[in-house]
Amino acid sequence: MTMKNRWIALYVENQVGVLAKVSGLFSGKAYNLQSLTVGTTEHEDVSRMTICVTSDDITFEQIKKQLNCMVEVIKVMDLTNVPLHMKEILYAKVKGIDAGQKAEVFQIAQVFNVNNGNVKVADIGEDSILLECTLTEHRNNDLIALLKKKFKHVEIVRGGAVAVEAISTSCR
Amino acid sequence: MDITGRKLFVKALQEEGVDTIFAYPGGMVTDLVDELYKQEGIRVVLPRHEQALIHEAEGYARATGKVGVCLVTSGPGATNTITGIADAHYDSVPLVIFTGQVPQNLIGNDAFQEVDIVGMTRSITKYGVTVQDRKDLGKTIKMAFHIARTGKPGPVLIDIPKNLQTQTGSAVYPEHVDIRGYKPNETVHIGQLKKAYKMLKQAKQPLILAGGGVNIAGAGQLLTEFAEKMNVPVVTTIMGKGSIPTDHPLYIGNSGMHGRFSANKAVSECDVLFSIGTRFNDRITGDLNEFAPKAKIVHLDIDAASISRNVVVDVPLTADAKIALERLVEYAEPKNTEKWLAKIAAWDAENPLEMRRDKGMSPQMIMESINEVFPKGIVVTDVGQHQMWATQYIDMPVGKKMITSGGLGTMGFGFPAAIGAKLGAPEQDVVCITGDGGMQMNMQEMATAICEHAPITVCILNNYYLGMVRQMQQLFYGKRYEITCLRRQVGCPDNCKGPNKACPPYVPDFVKWAESYGAKAIRVTEESQIMEALQEAKANTKTTTVIEFMIATDELVLPMVKSGNPMSEMILK
Ligand SMILES: Cc1ncc(C[n+]2csc(CCOP(=O)(O)OP(=O)(O)O)c2C)c(N)n1
Ligand SMILES: [Mg+2]
Repeated sequence: MTMKNRWIALYVENQVGVLAKVSGLFSGKAYNLQSLTVGTTEHEDVSRMTICVTSDDITFEQIKKQLNCMVEVIKVMDLTNVPLHMKEILYAKVKGIDAGQKAEVFQIAQVFNVNNGNVKVADIGEDSILLECTLTEHRNNDLIALLKKKFKHVEIVRGGAVAVEAISTSCR
Repeated sequence: MDITGRKLFVKALQEEGVDTIFAYPGGMVTDLVDELYKQEGIRVVLPRHEQALIHEAEGYARATGKVGVCLVTSGPGATNTITGIADAHYDSVPLVIFTGQVPQNLIGNDAFQEVDIVGMTRSITKYGVTVQDRKDLGKTIKMAFHIARTGKPGPVLIDIPKNLQTQTGSAVYPEHVDIRGYKPNETVHIGQLKKAYKMLKQAKQPLILAGGGVNIAGAGQLLTEFAEKMNVPVVTTIMGKGSIPTDHPLYIGNSGMHGRFSANKAVSECDVLFSIGTRFNDRITGDLNEFAPKAKIVHLDIDAASISRNVVVDVPLTADAKIALERLVEYAEPKNTEKWLAKIAAWDAENPLEMRRDKGMSPQMIMESINEVFPKGIVVTDVGQHQMWATQYIDMPVGKKMITSGGLGTMGFGFPAAIGAKLGAPEQDVVCITGDGGMQMNMQEMATAICEHAPITVCILNNYYLGMVRQMQQLFYGKRYEITCLRRQVGCPDNCKGPNKACPPYVPDFVKWAESYGAKAIRVTEESQIMEALQEAKANTKTTTVIEFMIATDELVLPMVKSGNPMSEMILK
């Protein structure tokens, strides 16, 4: 059976312990959780989680059902085949670089900055640069791979993806 | 007018119609306990250990169908409940467990007797929460009872910090709660149900598999009617036993690891398996690749998450067993299954379920005598070989109940659960069938049985061993009886293969032990003494009676399917 990444948007009660309960389900039942982000919605008593798991079809069905069982879960939405806007924030600090290498980092940032503003130089020092990127997870992966290949000291902080259903169905 | 949290607590119990609470005191519940002192109408039972407390509440709940209500203190009081809560979770028993918690200003400080009990029990409760605000107390308790008893029942834990118990606030206990994330399924998808019915109707070798869900839903009579109308034979899981009377001509027996040969054979050979209220765990299916290989499977369960999890299902149906069966009975038309029934009967004749009768008292003889002396009432078991013999040989006519720890298989469950069952259903005879190992896991509860006037009959099947494990050592581990002999002590030979003259007589002497509490005790060593002992026990309505049956150490539970093997590979002798 094919293992692939799948996406869930989960509406839950904004209460103490709910995040622990949801994440505990994934660890307790050995589901392969890739990322989980959470934040409150327009209703302050409701949180929305964006969850990415790697699983086969059967396990994914099971995960959705298990989530649905939870009293604190208000709604489970399968986003796997839904047109989405999805971005992840990433900070990449490249350290111990000389002027020539700095120029290279700028170049890379420019190339990745396909839609204006998605990669920017957030900070700069004598021998280091901090990039702030709002890209898809895949693009972030590519960027990280490239930076790691080119430079010795790269510090990575990434936030996990957040997703929202598209308004126009042609988006993906 | 505002009232204290402790007053609201008792008011809530009263409005929920609670008649019994199982409670053990401690620093963080003294206020609640004090409030219980001031009320009448709710019986407060003091068990002797919090693990047993939960099992007693489970026994009460399983016997009555009502919610079992528990109160324990924080820290060790709370952690002692964990095994019982897990047991209730796996067997879908409705419980509401109140735990005291340290005052809110101390939470997080590693205060004396502070533990995160909600966190610890998150994966074994249906719902659990620490009350954070006095104004939420009433609503939270209401939610707890609602969640515990509706849908697929289960344990709910409510943790109440000490300061909220004395804080004043609203006196209102709400009549309803609306929980937006919790809407138990109260309907059945008619299209799917018809599809399932049609499949069964067209089958040549149809079979119904009834699990514990049928008993929990109180749908046994409907199931029987459905099977009768269609002439479809029925096998059960151990939790489903009794859903159709065991002497019914369409009943074959238990399926699964220690199921009846003909029952497992029927599962392997059927072309439609119509399952109701079971989650197809590994004890039922064995090797999943070879489970019911010829069958299309209908899976009807209240829990959507247990459908299509272990076995591939052709028709999934999420519904309460009773609601679905009410419909199915309307659809049911007679079918000709004569040939199929004859096949099953032939398998049964080939390998009937029976034990030897040649050398002395056998467990089967004990079970048969229990059937004779206790044709009605409640049979409660512990976990081990004796449990399997009970599930194999105890008859279940209409109205009789069996209570056993199925999902978790918790040793130490039987005795306290039997006490709880008796407290819930005092008019019924309660028989506890237990082992010498499991008995010792909660034997302190004799005090509860005596002090609460719960006259039950405790049948200890003493084989001097942790027999169930010993059986595996005997069959699969070259008779290396490591840590399974309950009399083994310093100085015993390393390679001991069984009881001999050097063994100490009793560890413990169950007769002396029982008598020391004021219970009646009888030791049975021969077949001829079985009936009389049981009759004496039944006649003793004043105290608990312990009957210690000295059975052979090397008795096996058969037939058996080795864990992980296909159900068709049964060890018969
Ligand atoms: C709490 C707990 N610990 C361990 C086990 C594993 N186990 C299952 S049956 C059994 C032996 C039970 O011995 P006894 O109560 O004497 O019953 P018998 O099998 O001899 O009838 C053991 C150790 C268990 N099920 N529960
Ligand atoms: Mg034993």
